[in-house]
Amino acid sequence: MAINLRVNGQIRRTNAKPETPLLYVLRNDFALTGAKFGCGTSDCGACTVLLDGEAVRACAVTVGEIGNAEITTVEGLGTPDKLHPLQQAFIDLQAAQCGYCTSGMIMAARNLLRHTPRPTEKDVREALAGNLCRCGVHNRVVRAILRAVELSGRS
Amino acid sequence: MRAPMLTRRRFSKGLGGLVLTFSLAPSSLRAQGALLPGGLNNNRTLDAWIRIGLNGYATVFTGKVELGQGILTALAQIAAEELDLPLARVRMVSGDTAQTPNEGFTAGSLSVETSGAAIRQAAAEVRAILIELAAKRLNAEPRTLTVRDGVVTAPDGQTLTYGALVAGVNLRREASGHVSPKSQAHYQIVGRSAPRRDLPAKVTGAAAFVHDMRLPGMLHGRVIRPPRYGSTLESIDEAAAKSIPGVVAVVRDGSFLGVVAEREETAVAARDALSRTARWKLGPRLPDPGGIFEHLKSLSSIDEVIGVKESPVLAGGRMFRATYTKPYTAHASIGPSCALAEFRDGRLTVWTHSQGVFALRQELAKALRMPMTAIRCIHAEGAGCFGHNGADDAALDAALLARALPGRPVRLQWMRDDEFAWEPYGPAVVMQLQAALDPEGRIYNWQYELWSNTHSTRPQSTAGNSLLGAWYMSEPQNLAPPQLAGGGVRNAIPLYDFANQRILHHFIPEMPIRVSALRTLGAYANVFAIESFMDELSYAIGADPIAFRLAHLKDPRARAVIESVAALARWRPGQRGDGINGRGLGFARYKNSQTYVAVVARIEVDRPSGLLRIPEMWAAVDAGLIINPDGLVNQIEGGIVQSASWTLYEEVRFDQEGIRSRDWLSYPVMPMTEVPKITVELINRPHEQPLGAGEASLGPAAAAIANAFAHATGRRIRSLPMTAERVKTALG
Repeated sequence: MAINLRVNGQIRRTNAKPETPLLYVLRNDFALTGAKFGCGTSDCGACTVLLDGEAVRACAVTVGEIGNAEITTVEGLGTPDKLHPLQQAFIDLQAAQCGYCTSGMIMAARNLLRHTPRPTEKDVREALAGNLCRCGVHNRVVRAILRAVELSGRS
Repeated sequence: MRAPMLTRRRFSKGLGGLVLTFSLAPSSLRAQGALLPGGLNNNRTLDAWIRIGLNGYATVFTGKVELGQGILTALAQIAAEELDLPLARVRMVSGDTAQTPNEGFTAGSLSVETSGAAIRQAAAEVRAILIELAAKRLNAEPRTLTVRDGVVTAPDGQTLTYGALVAGVNLRREASGHVSPKSQAHYQIVGRSAPRRDLPAKVTGAAAFVHDMRLPGMLHGRVIRPPRYGSTLESIDEAAAKSIPGVVAVVRDGSFLGVVAEREETAVAARDALSRTARWKLGPRLPDPGGIFEHLKSLSSIDEVIGVKESPVLAGGRMFRATYTKPYTAHASIGPSCALAEFRDGRLTVWTHSQGVFALRQELAKALRMPMTAIRCIHAEGAGCFGHNGADDAALDAALLARALPGRPVRLQWMRDDEFAWEPYGPAVVMQLQAALDPEGRIYNWQYELWSNTHSTRPQSTAGNSLLGAWYMSEPQNLAPPQLAGGGVRNAIPLYDFANQRILHHFIPEMPIRVSALRTLGAYANVFAIESFMDELSYAIGADPIAFRLAHLKDPRARAVIESVAALARWRPGQRGDGINGRGLGFARYKNSQTYVAVVARIEVDRPSGLLRIPEMWAAVDAGLIINPDGLVNQIEGGIVQSASWTLYEEVRFDQEGIRSRDWLSYPVMPMTEVPKITVELINRPHEQPLGAGEASLGPAAAAIANAFAHATGRRIRSLPMTAERVKTALG
């Protein structure tokens, strides 16, 4: 039986079984490839998306348990023509090297800013402690998130 | 609107329309003609590197690939600069066996030096050809013409665009070497922090990685590996997997085992089912981890002596000696390795994040017993690899699965435990140092002995086959014993001026644990050891560590980075650690021929728990002429963070039954909360060659951290990583 999901403001349908991790459905059924497979065990944060605004690991949530909750992926934040302040700040401050962890970082930051609109540097570091990066751009990510707060404040 | 599926056409958009053949100069030509810069010397035809379209856009072909280091942005800057084109009108094609020059592996921080030099020269020659033609058409002297944004203007105001000119030229000609590239004084694009071209896609979720490719009709694959190296598959209940709806094939070739399914989650479930029922005859037990360094030293070795300096030995003086170790270290890419493969009409196409698509193609041809001409390998980005990880192995895995299902593309991704347990690690190394100081406190004799496996088992590095899957096929192709080489001695020769020195390298061919190239190869271990020992010697005679180094160092560029970082970090000579806080310095010139880096670390020791914190680090960097300052800083910072993570936390865990590091809990890396504040100062040298910097900061950073701990506590940790347990032991 097909499952309907609310993704980035649209209703999307999948024939995946209810126990399927959301990550595979986003990437393979909906071609939303921003969320990445990193570990499958919730340890790295590369697959972070929002469920009714709260950050979750898409590898650990099944499509059967989502119900009517609104899923937001990095594709739902902004587009190359109309970037979200977080996306703009990540580009401006070159807050990536390979970029594989970047979508997850941005979504974890989006979650933080929802609860803490004016975070301190310490707040940012703690909020993203579960998002691993191997290239070592952590400090740029922190600066980008703080820059995004400034950008949002101005607009 | 977002395209729902990434098609092959879109992924290679624009490539298909170009001419797919070009002439690579045969190697016999190399000896003839002028010595040309960088990779141009091997591939001497201009249109192998640069073509100009009728629309005035340039397409630049490079054998180097984007690994997250920003190389395609830097190379585009170089091309745009020499061509006088806006950066946005330079397109990059990289790492495709059907289209680009073969430039070997993207490794060793060499891309700017080799590919950058080739592109600079080729672009300068292409520009000169276009100017010459424009001069004829405009009836003007070439030197009176100006070029801006691809528009050539004559003194009388007439203009011609590159697009209009290009129809009249043939770039399929050998580079002459007689055109001089621009003087740095006129640079407009090189030397500026151009934004990374790949980031807009990566921050908006567009398909950016090989992992994100979705080909029509694509199937999903997974592989099932044995519990440890060298095991053979005795039996498998394929029915359990095949009964799962959506499983298309179980693929077995000897002890190579994989599964293909319509959906990814089905492939994962089938992998679990097959893992449960597979019966393996286990391979040899691994060495005892507690005695791994003694074990390595007990293996037979090929010995080489390098870096010998001899002068009369003084009588008297004081002798010092110390032994250091570095464990096996994982690349631990955030994204497990992935590849797509498709067999169609006897031809194989592989999309891969390999660092060397040409070498991979040769290795695949060997494994699959196919002619190389029937295989095309195309680079697509992966997660940061930091050397030879599972990328090439995944390419063969994907090919073996796709071969069983001709006409259907197969996407194969390793699971997290595949990557941790099967990637080739950075080798464990033992470093033993001995020095003699004269009564004035100068080192007059330096003896260094190191024991190491090879640091490269990349494709084509041996006469055997380097690809993991090949070792398990029904007719196995194994890795042949590696030859003496492989990077263990990288940075083993100190840059310091010692009257006597000798470096003895015990190269150990036997590899009880799979190893290969990890960022810096031997340099991380060697610089850690050399710079730790320099610190020990300075303290032994009561000298300031920086003054002691400078007293043994003539190279003015080396001195400049050390002096700069000392000023940046407000180093105070003679300042003493207080048991908790300390500072240390580390220095190296990467490969003794590339970027100079000096690093200072500040450390805090939590004595009860043994936990170390690094609140702050500083670096001074001389990479010659700087192409992209922010890109350079990003590489230096990233190297420092990765080194801090290696140095404090990282060690591949194993026991005699097998590899035990299988996830991020059993192989922890530095989290965001522990990353130090980092300040980088660049020393630009516009008249020096641009030097590779991607690996330059790791060795100095490790030594700075270890030296800061010794400065804080008066105790020294000589075995990496500096875990809480080792800290507590050191503190007694």
